[in-house]
Amino acid sequence: MALSRQHDLHKRRFSRNLGLGLVLVALVALIFGLTVVKVSTKGFTRPLAGEESQ
Amino acid sequence: MSDASINSAVVAAPGEAGFADYFALLKPRVMSLVVFTAFVGLYAAPGGVHPVVGLAALIFIALGGGASGALNMWWDADIDRVMRRTRNRPIPAGRITESEAFAFGMTLSAMAVVLLWLATNPLAALMLAFTIFFYVVIYTMWLKRWTPQNIVIGGAAGAFPPMIGWAAATGNVSIEAVLMFALIFMWTPPHFWALALFMRSDYDEAGVPMLTVTHGRRATRAHILAYAVALAVLALATGFTAVGGPVYLSVSLLFNALFLNRAWRVWRRDETAAAADGYRAEKALFRLSLYYLFAHFGAIAAEAALAPFGTGGW
Repeated sequence: MALSRQHDLHKRRFSRNLGLGLVLVALVALIFGLTVVKVSTKGFTRPLAGEESQ
Repeated sequence: MSDASINSAVVAAPGEAGFADYFALLKPRVMSLVVFTAFVGLYAAPGGVHPVVGLAALIFIALGGGASGALNMWWDADIDRVMRRTRNRPIPAGRITESEAFAFGMTLSAMAVVLLWLATNPLAALMLAFTIFFYVVIYTMWLKRWTPQNIVIGGAAGAFPPMIGWAAATGNVSIEAVLMFALIFMWTPPHFWALALFMRSDYDEAGVPMLTVTHGRRATRAHILAYAVALAVLALATGFTAVGGPVYLSVSLLFNALFLNRAWRVWRRDETAAAADGYRAEKALFRLSLYYLFAHFGAIAAEAALAPFGTGGW
């Protein structure tokens, strides 16, 4: 007979995958938010295309 | 053979721990103190930061603190197996292997430092990197098992967060940040020695040279009182700097009076009296020490919160 799907091992694996997924989504949101704040802060300058290639 | 008996024989293979086990590796209770004191450092700093930057800085400081906790558990797995208090941690309990904890701690440390650098400034990131190094290498690997002064010097690692928070907001370190560092630095020894007085058997069995073991419990009681006096001077002096004010000073006066009183009671007792009532005074001092730190940093935050209304500070 196959191992039960609800074995503790499956629960632990699911909790780890779910937790990691949520942490990664939160990290993406945080870094996106940071980027928005940084580029909209006074004094932020985007290098010109010409300067970048030099 | 039933299903249940087959299933119960399955042992967690490496890499099969749950999310909660990895979270436990970060020492969430220590992390909460790190987050709180770092927040106060960040919030009380002049100038202020954008809320999103502040939130990111706090998360990355907490991540760095958690990573150092994971590395501490990796190195200390052998003594954690012996001590009653730590026997159920993920590594001694067999839910996470030592190499997994090491990889986890190292990866998170690097992430936290790099992200804090990008979010705030190089000084804050370097201080976070130094804090992780200090806690893992200087305290965990070197001092903890070598000298009974381990708590004193190791306490510096726990004292860094408000200074990192301050540096994240301002890009430099001032006298106020140093005083917040000193407050936690001086508070740590009496806090842990009070714990060591009533958790004696654990440290003895693990062979960790706590002051209670090497210099005796009488000396530990004297040390607690001496640190409580020095802490009171320092805490009250902080009240006269830019982060202090009437609210802070009132809170500080009250809590230092209580703390000195508790430390005095612990100093006056001998072992027979302490054992007779189950270390009540020592436990009370330990409990009070938690409120003490929370009250002081809460008061610094309150002064900063009142500042826009013209009532905070001097």
